[in-house]
Order: sequence, then structure tokens, then C-alpha cells
Amino acid sequence: MSLKHDIEFTLNGVKRQASVDVTMNTLAMLRDVIGLTGTKYGCGEGECGACTIQVDGVSLNSCLMFAVDCDGRELTTIEGLANDSKADALREAFVEHGAVQCGFCTPGMIMQADHLLHKHPHADAECVKRGIEGNLCRCTGYKKIVDAIVAAEDGQRTAP
Amino acid sequence: MTELKHYFAPTSLDQAVECLKDGDVTILAGGTDLTPQSQAGRIRIKRTLMNIRHIPQLSGITLEGREIRIGTLATITEIMEHPLVRQHLPVLVEACNHFASDQIRNAATLGGNICNASPAGDTLIPLLLLDARVELASMPEAKLYRHSMPLATFFVGPGKTRRSLCELLTCVRIPLPGEGHVAHFHKLGTRPALDISTISIGIGGTLREGVLTNVRVAFGAVAPTPVRAARAEQALEGQKLDAAIIDRVAAIARDEVEPIDDVRATAWYRKEMIHNITRRMLTHVAQA
Ligand SMILES: Cc1cc2nc3c(=O)[nH]c(=O)nc-3n(C[C@H](O)[C@H](O)[C@H](O)COP(=O)(O)OP(=O)(O)OC[C@H]3O[C@@H](n4cnc5c(N)ncnc54)[C@H](O)[C@@H]3O)c2cc1C
Ligand code: FES
Ligand code: FES
Repeated sequence: MSLKHDIEFTLNGVKRQASVDVTMNTLAMLRDVIGLTGTKYGCGEGECGACTIQVDGVSLNSCLMFAVDCDGRELTTIEGLANDSKADALREAFVEHGAVQCGFCTPGMIMQADHLLHKHPHADAECVKRGIEGNLCRCTGYKKIVDAIVAAEDGQRTAP
Repeated sequence: MTELKHYFAPTSLDQAVECLKDGDVTILAGGTDLTPQSQAGRIRIKRTLMNIRHIPQLSGITLEGREIRIGTLATITEIMEHPLVRQHLPVLVEACNHFASDQIRNAATLGGNICNASPAGDTLIPLLLLDARVELASMPEAKLYRHSMPLATFFVGPGKTRRSLCELLTCVRIPLPGEGHVAHFHKLGTRPALDISTISIGIGGTLREGVLTNVRVAFGAVAPTPVRAARAEQALEGQKLDAAIIDRVAAIARDEVEPIDDVRATAWYRKEMIHNITRRMLTHVAQA
């Protein structure tokens, strides 16, 4: 029998409890225990960024994080950001620039872009490229994604 | 062989070292090595999994006298953005800049990078150049006991260190570099992000009027551990950096290392790269 542990954390602004396998990773917990499947499994080893979430205000790969390590912390997933009007500019810029094709990388890309724009409110294309080095996209060739993130920032800056 | 029986998240250093007494404990920090390694079955989690995240004494970056103390839990991102590190230890910032991706830098801790003891660990080369010491805590009797050792003697082999099973790495201490200190790091990989070094090279010392003293030369991914290159250091010590000495030292460095062939590169290629990049870096130092 695998060892279980009860944890309590904040998920997208709501207090949650879960009983998780001690060796389980956070991505598996989100998808299989909680049932939030917006966060994607691409590689399971930190290479692709499809599983990117935010924990205590920074972005990280949920596949590289033990689920028990969520205890007492604050998690935001794509489902949380989707309901947050602060992310409207980013979402609209992705649509406008055609930065989504198959969409598999998009949740991770948006979570990382949101973190990046928080940290670098004046990010230019170079800064955005560095910021998304850990996110792979097999479809778009990145240019549209970079354009969208830069534009989202311009949009936010000029917004009233 | 025991199976995983307990999960423990201590909130004080005393609790943590007390728990380590039985020696059958796997320590969890950021988890960026431990998660993939345990899931792929490359390592087995011991009887207790101990998460050290909630121990306040293990975080923070501070100036203590003439030393910079970096807590084991400091993340790569925290290190590269910290004003003390940026001011006094730019070579460490340089190495952190080439480390994995933003997401991994946000999670990965310095102590995890050191204790994982990969010959290609990116922070290890700059820490060797900077004469860093590692501090370890344990509880042999009823009281907390701390001791420290130079990082240069800490590594034993891939994934192996002199840390005993009852010890916890608490922090790294780095003496403030003196005036005229120069240090550079170069990582060679096949793509800029998320790459394990094919080789990495660090060169440091005190430069006065073109003469280099207190020389440190260190290489990553050319031996079972990160290594200092004693013969290259000796050949450089007290020398004026002219073209002849730079050529000589580059050749010594190439002959001194004994890398292996692996999926990332052949031994021959690594030796040639050690030669060429050592020469390039020394030329760069001489021109600065
Ligand atoms: C996709 C990917 C890319 C990577 N790229 C790089 C790279 O470019 N450069 C690089 O150097 N590394 C890289 N790594 C490796 C890894 O991210 C680093 O080694 C990281 O610093 C490990 O820190 P952590 O806190 O995540 O460690 P953990 O996974 O929590 O722990 C690592 C090991 O150290 C032990 N440990 C941790 N803290 C302590 C302590 N205080 N006392 C005693 N033992 C301890 C653990 O028991 C474990 O054995 C990469 C990893 C992945 C998955
Ligand atoms: S699934 Fe986590 S980085 Fe690929
Ligand atoms: S849109 Fe298909 S992977 Fe990025």
C-alpha cells in the first residue's frame, strides 16, 4: 500500500483539502485527484512547460513538484487565470495574434506569460523569448506567441 | 531495504536533524531532481521523506562579517536577483543565468544542486572559484552540531558527497572576494535553454597589472565530480597573462582532464573544447 498524506492548500483562491500519495506529483494530483485537466502533461520531466502553474506567486513545472509540497501554499492554474479579468489582455492578444493552433501548449504558455509580465512589466521580445525558454510549442514557431505576449503588455500598459 | 513509511515536514532545524538520526531519510527541497529521479526509478525514496521547505533557518541570503551566507533553500532565481550576489558574486549570477528554464530556476534550490552532486551542476563551478564552504548540521548527541568543509573536498563521485546520512546541508558560505578579483564561467551545451552542460569552465583569481594570483580553474562535466585543475592553476599562478602563457595553460588543461564519451559528446571533443575555451577565456581576462 502506498503511503498517503492529507494536505490543505489554496487552489485558485479557494481552500482545498486532498489526500494524496506521498510520491505523487502535483500535476497528477491536479488532473487525477482534483479533476482539473487544463494543466497539461507533455513530458513529465521538466522539458516542455505544458504543466506550468503558479505557486506562491512564481511559475513552476507541476510535474517536478511533489503534491505533498503543496501543503499550506497558494496555487493558481489556468482555470483560475481564465476567470481572472487581469488576464483578459493576455487572452485577447493570443486570439488576436493567432498564437494558438492545436492549443496543447497554451495553458502552460499563458501561465508562464502571466508570471513573466508580472515580473517584467515592460518586457520586449527578447525578454519574452528568454522567459518562455522552458515552454515548447510544436505548432506556431513561437513568433505569434512572442508577438501576443508583447502586445498583451502594451495593451495592459495603455489600459486606463 | 525498507519502504516509504513516513512523510515529515519539520518547522525547525532541531526537528529536522533529530529526524535524520536514524539515517533512513530522503530529503526533499525543490524536488526538481528528486521528482523525475524517483518516478523513473533511478533512486528509491527511503523510509521517511522529509520536506525541509518550512524550516526558516534554511532560507535567506545575508552578509555575515566578511562572508555571504546563502541558505540551502535559496532558489536559483532568488540568488541571481539578490543585490548582494549581483554586487559581489557576478560569476554566480552568470552561471544561474544559464541554468535550465525560468520555471526550474524558480523551484530549484542551491542546496539541491550541491547535494545532487552532478559533475555538470551549474552552480558548482562558480562556487569552487569563490572558495565556498558548505555547512552541515546533525545531532550526534542531544544537541545540534554544525561543521563546515570546503566545497572543493565535498564531492566524491557522481551523486556522492561527504555528507553523512545523518547530516543536513544548511548553507553555503562564501568569503567576500577582494579587490581585483575576476571570475568567469562558460557553459557549453547544444542549445541555450534546458541543457545539461557538455562541459563548463570557470577561471578566477586576483588580477593586478596583468598578473594573475590566487588562481582557480575549475571544470564541470569532464570527470566524475566537478574538479579544480591543479596543474593549470599552478602554471598560471603569478604569471603575466601573455599569449605564450595562455597557450601553455590551455594545453596543460587539455592534458589534465580525463573526460568520458557519452551521449552529449566524445572525450576527444571535450578535451579540444577545454583547450579552446580555456584559451579564449584567458585571452578575455587578459584584455579586460
Ligand atoms: C529539465 C531539467 C533541467 C535541468 N537543468 C539544469 C541545469 O541547467 N543546470 C543544473 O545545474 N541543474 C539542472 N537541473 C537539475 C536540478 O534542477 C538542480 O540540480 C536543482 O538545483 C536541484 O535542486 P532541488 O531543490 O530541486 O533539489 P531536490 O530535487 O529537492 O533535491 C536534490 C537532491 O539533493 C538532496 N538535498 C536537497 N537539499 C538538501 C539538504 N539541504 N541537505 C542534504 N541533502 C539535500 C535531495 O535529497 C536530493 O537527493 C535540471 C533538472 C531538470 C529536470
Ligand atoms: S509535463 Fe511538466 S514540463 Fe513537460
Ligand atoms: S499550439 Fe500546438 S503546441 Fe503550441
